[in-house]
Amino acid sequence: MTVVIGFEGSANKIGIGIIKDGEVLSNPRRTYITPPGQGFMPSDTARHHRAVILTVLKEALEQAGLKPADIDCVAYTKGPGMGAPLVTVALVARTVAQLWGKPLLGVNHCIGHIEMGRLITQANNPIVLYVSGGNTQVIAYSERRYRIFGETIDIAVGNCLDRFARVIKISNDPSPGYNIEQMAKKGSQYVELPYAVKGMDVSFSGILSYIEDASHKMLSSGQCAAEDLCFSLQETVFSMLVEITERAMAHCGSQEVLIVGGVGCNMRLQEMMGVMCKERGAKLFATDEQFCIDNGAMIAQAGWEMFRSGQVTELEDSWITQRYRTDEVEVTWRD
Amino acid sequence: MAQEKSMAIPEFLSKAELLKQGAEARVYRAEFLGKPTIVKERFPKRYRHPVLDEKLTHRRTVQEVRSILRCRRAGISAPVVYFVDYTSHCIFLEEIVGSSTVRDHIASTRQSDCSNELAWLAERVGQILAKMHEEDVVHGDLTTSNMLLRHQEDGESELFLIDFGLSYISALPEDKGVDLYVLEKAFLSTHPNTETLFERLLKSYAAASKKSSAVIKKLDEVRLRGRKRSMVG
Repeated sequence: MTVVIGFEGSANKIGIGIIKDGEVLSNPRRTYITPPGQGFMPSDTARHHRAVILTVLKEALEQAGLKPADIDCVAYTKGPGMGAPLVTVALVARTVAQLWGKPLLGVNHCIGHIEMGRLITQANNPIVLYVSGGNTQVIAYSERRYRIFGETIDIAVGNCLDRFARVIKISNDPSPGYNIEQMAKKGSQYVELPYAVKGMDVSFSGILSYIEDASHKMLSSGQCAAEDLCFSLQETVFSMLVEITERAMAHCGSQEVLIVGGVGCNMRLQEMMGVMCKERGAKLFATDEQFCIDNGAMIAQAGWEMFRSGQVTELEDSWITQRYRTDEVEVTWRD
Repeated sequence: MAQEKSMAIPEFLSKAELLKQGAEARVYRAEFLGKPTIVKERFPKRYRHPVLDEKLTHRRTVQEVRSILRCRRAGISAPVVYFVDYTSHCIFLEEIVGSSTVRDHIASTRQSDCSNELAWLAERVGQILAKMHEEDVVHGDLTTSNMLLRHQEDGESELFLIDFGLSYISALPEDKGVDLYVLEKAFLSTHPNTETLFERLLKSYAAASKKSSAVIKKLDEVRLRGRKRSMVG
């Protein structure tokens, strides 16, 4: 029996989760929410995390009904992410590991998403679409690495959605993406936007510039409603994502897709991906906001796999990094 | 007349042999006017909004035919276009009989460890891409699956470029650099540990054309862009 606690705080969510051999014992989380029209700044986000992290830690232990002595390993997010929040969370993880006398383990955030998705959905060897505020990647496993077949060549899809939400002042509570999704349901008029697929890569910065510019003109002249823009933006960017996923499936001969990351809980994206999979006779795996959005359990789960394969991070190596690509990690726990 | 033709194509395809369903299209093998033919049918994608779908499908059919023509005129091997139908979005292409994809070729050759032959192939790919970019054709979807190799009886091999659906015409080094970047990523993720082989490809690309140096410079920039990309969340 192996029990791992995971600390995650690479962006505006702070979460701590405990995993015991594939079972999620607890997974509390807090989100730093900014006013409409504003993003989250690193230092403010770190301040938020500092203020609540010990409360969240207490909750995680209480909900799991465990004492520190029951824990075998302390996993934390090593990167990628925002520097200040990462430092804050790593510092707490390092401290409790020393207090409790437990080994430490630095985890790649993207690997956390993938391993959590595999655990929850039991997908065996899927093409992974990882979509969030900071990442857009199409990933497949081969020869001990999660290899990136396609990705954004500029900004992430979630970043494109979030920044559009800021332009037209959509609320950030619970998240800008969720509110765009709800508004899109009421949209009907399809506004043509740029469409940028380059092989298995995508680009979103041009779409963002275009819609930032067009939205002011179109909204003030009454040509369309904000809901129509949300609808059109979702239809366009999600079509691009489904297209590159399908390309990767055809390229790798895969019949399974797993969607992970915060944007992955968007039901319209899941629906479109489902239609594509059905046409190909493939299977779609997805999770809900509990596990799609950043959380502590995903770091615990990747940590669990790494710990069981014999990895630990020495104290002097327990630093963080803002840039840490998915394909840098040697996957020691899969064949 | 047009109506008759579009009615005839589904019937024609129903008798053809379905080779595979790619991401873009269904690919059939058939005989057209006595010639071995590949038919590429861009069927509607139901996950997409119908307006977007029609626009993309039409544009890609046009682009594919246009770029193939431009390449062939420049002496770059690509399949001959026999016939196009814009109603059913079908392209009838010459079948490259007796060919295999570069992807399969690399995979099988690496196992038998014939590094000389692969080096030759990498150089050949670099040259053909330099020539294509010299004609201002940006392929848009360069992978080793989209290149065919036909072995001829005299022992020589001929390299074909296919799948121009995402292609467009551009003289900008930026667009050509992204084209190579797409290939680099597809190449290295499909064929792990082939960095030296890809370097060889780029070297031969750089040597083959005067316009290459600006493109390689852009490629370095695009690579950095990828690395610098904020990786939060």
